[in-house]
Amino acid sequence: MLEARIIKKRKHCTIDIDLCCKRGQLVALTGPSGTGKTTIIRTLAGLEKPDGGRITFNDSPWYDEKVNCWLPARKRRVGYVFQEHTLFPHLKVAGNVGFNCKDTGRVKELLALLGISHLAESMPHQISGGEKQRAALAQALASDPQVLLLDEPFSALDHNTRLRLRRELKRLQAHLEIPIVLVTHDREEASFLGDLRLELSGDDIRNEEPALPKDYICPFPVLVRQPAPCASHPL
Amino acid sequence: MDFVPLIISAKLAVVSTILLLVLAMPLAAALVFGRFPGRFLADSLVSLPLVLPPTVLGFYLLMLMGPNGAVGKAWSSWAGGSLVFTFTGITLAAMIHSLPFAVQPLKTSFQKIDKRLLEMASVLGASPAAIFFRVIVPNSLGGLAASAILAFAHTMGEFGVILMIGGSIPGRTKVASIAIYEYVETMHYREAAYMSLILVIISYLVLVGVNMLNSRERHA
Repeated sequence: MLEARIIKKRKHCTIDIDLCCKRGQLVALTGPSGTGKTTIIRTLAGLEKPDGGRITFNDSPWYDEKVNCWLPARKRRVGYVFQEHTLFPHLKVAGNVGFNCKDTGRVKELLALLGISHLAESMPHQISGGEKQRAALAQALASDPQVLLLDEPFSALDHNTRLRLRRELKRLQAHLEIPIVLVTHDREEASFLGDLRLELSGDDIRNEEPALPKDYICPFPVLVRQPAPCASHPL
Repeated sequence: MDFVPLIISAKLAVVSTILLLVLAMPLAAALVFGRFPGRFLADSLVSLPLVLPPTVLGFYLLMLMGPNGAVGKAWSSWAGGSLVFTFTGITLAAMIHSLPFAVQPLKTSFQKIDKRLLEMASVLGASPAAIFFRVIVPNSLGGLAASAILAFAHTMGEFGVILMIGGSIPGRTKVASIAIYEYVETMHYREAAYMSLILVIISYLVLVGVNMLNSRERHA
């Protein structure tokens, strides 16, 4: 379980949130631009240091202001998918997915899982935006992450591709059984994918129950019914 | 025409370029990605040979590398000889004089790398050394080549600093540019013209190479 109290001072405001994400759960962070969604997810990844608070994963601390503990990004074993394509331009798709994964079998398996086996030998500039994001997702999953962090992974894609990838992510979520934190502008996307939505609005942050489409059958009905879990797990 | 000075120049350029690249890559990475106090002072110090007259740089290097200088004494006690008037001495001097020519293209190339690629590598578990060799270097090959070419070309034409440190010992420290100067002094204009033409051709080919690399980088 990923638990975090993040305090981060910014130019005009201070982010101060509690976040809790259980195994197999997807927490969607929504809100307008500038409310600190990306800052929060970067802090969870270890790419930015908070100004206060605490981040733990399964009770082992990643950051603790009180004891001056800070685990660097490379030691956190998180999967991170950026807003825009961040594949290494000098490596083929298979090389990107296997950047830090020696197990070629796992690389092939992930390429197949995301439907991009045929692109294994392609260079990143030869593939489409949707395919790049699939490859980025495979890359994030290849190192067997403990937590998956997705920073608006579909925002740069066209509507149809976005819908298709959204469904694929939902399918993957059933496979993964790890905490997933998704940043998105899109409330519908948050409702479709999220077991819990954390709405960031200026300085006000509130937890909301998920609002799933009526025809959607969630693979984790128990988790979906969870009330705002941060309240039940104070740090 | 005596070709030995040209051979010494080429040997000096090859050796100092290889050593410079080894030194310049981590130095440029530290200046671009490092967050340490005095970074701007270090950056300016690396670029100082660009603006200093070669004789001024040569004078201070002579003071440092001479028998009574700190570097000269340390070298003497370690290797048991003098640094000045030797090939090793002129190599060291040429490296210091050409350092900004090796560092600047690398810095420019490193600055162009998308920071998110480095962050991604870090999140994927790569150590700082792995990030350098597996992400930064492969994405800076154009800068690396430009750095090598400029350092080579600059060393090939080195004059003032080499004269101050190495003098003009035939077969040891007499490089092409010093040989041209001596040909002119002794009114051997034909030899001076031939050797100058060879240096002009080398310099032109080097610039063509740099421009080709820049153009390839722009289209990549």
